[in-house]
Amino acid sequence: MPNKYADLCIAVTGLNANDNPGPGMAVIRSLKEYFGDGLRIIGLSYESLEPGIYLRDQVNKTYQVPYPTEGTAALAERLAYINRQEKLHLIIPNFDSELFNFIKIAPQLQQMGIATYLPTYQQLALRDKVNLKNFGTKNGFYVPADHKLYTTDDIKKAAAEFNFPMVIKGKFYEAYVVYTMDQALKAFHQLYAAWGVPVIAQQYIKGNEINIAALGDGNGNNISLVAMRKLYITDKGKAWAGVTIKDDKLTQLADNFARVSNWKGGYEMEVMSNADGHLYILEINPRFPAWVYLTAAAGQNQPAALAKIAMGETVEPYADYQAGKLFVRYSWDHIADIADFQQISAFGEL
Amino acid sequence: MKLKSNIATSENGFIFNPATGDSFSGNGMAAKLLEAMKSGKTEDDIKQDILSRYEVSESQLNRDWDNWMLQLKEANLLEI
Repeated sequence: MPNKYADLCIAVTGLNANDNPGPGMAVIRSLKEYFGDGLRIIGLSYESLEPGIYLRDQVNKTYQVPYPTEGTAALAERLAYINRQEKLHLIIPNFDSELFNFIKIAPQLQQMGIATYLPTYQQLALRDKVNLKNFGTKNGFYVPADHKLYTTDDIKKAAAEFNFPMVIKGKFYEAYVVYTMDQALKAFHQLYAAWGVPVIAQQYIKGNEINIAALGDGNGNNISLVAMRKLYITDKGKAWAGVTIKDDKLTQLADNFARVSNWKGGYEMEVMSNADGHLYILEINPRFPAWVYLTAAAGQNQPAALAKIAMGETVEPYADYQAGKLFVRYSWDHIADIADFQQISAFGEL
Repeated sequence: MKLKSNIATSENGFIFNPATGDSFSGNGMAAKLLEAMKSGKTEDDIKQDILSRYEVSESQLNRDWDNWMLQLKEANLLEI
């Protein structure tokens, strides 16, 4: 490890390593692999039972931060406090819902000496689920047709066009494949309550689910991209096992996206390859995926590359990675003391 | 009919398509055939080798070979 990184301190969100995991722990694992155990990791948590808070061999200290709905002033104030304690070099946010605030306060963070490597508001908006179909149409990508749902009447219109099955998706997270109107209504109400409107109905595309993790340089290029075929999918649609794959069509797809969007930062493309070989973009997530450690295992450590670029280093685009690298996720009962729970709950620090 | 150049095979008959992530398990005979195909042997060479080693009629071998090709094609493992 180069000496200039000897006292490196990086803050990371997304410590919720549960059955619908945030990417935080995978990002931390990747960073530690590259920068070594000397790296100080600061966890930024929203809830007291995010597992990463208690994984003290991975996360040196955790601070609770205000929910995104509390606004940018509260976030900036909290991060200023944390920075006074920890002297952060970099923050890597890992939730879609917090990105808007982090982008807004990025100049303030920079003044505090904290680097970030984030997309712009425009980039964030163009891949939003609400805008994805238009973005695809404009730029020649296959994107399933969709309907924005504000009322239950809208579901009937969507069902008339798409038939069943169709996919009902939350504004930020979660998606359900529904086969009947009853299931569609239930999913609509559930996602409305959790994430607000619009809820999105999307045409169902049958095929193989492939995800691409990538890192855009903000100038129309990808510094890294690694594709993964899902081998085992949970009832929440998350990959519980997957294998790296290599296909020129996938590379071209991600490179085209980087070119037309000038994407800056980590992102994940969720793709469905149908029987005709067409690659439908189901979603583009504006941050690394929870499986991002697989990129490091396959030879392209995307979180480490992001950290180096964010801190001003020049990173050459990766040329290759290993296909056939498999990940199998597992669950583990980590033991902690109730005093730790009390500490993070009452004082917001552990 | 040629096996796609990027297809990975192992000695025990495991087949992995790195472009799609598909994987298959073959038996010992499949492993031998895949190895022969990957080494660039022609269909005639492979068939001749089988006829000299195993007690099988030429007509049976041809039927089995067609079936083998069909399976490889369905598995998307052959060059188009």
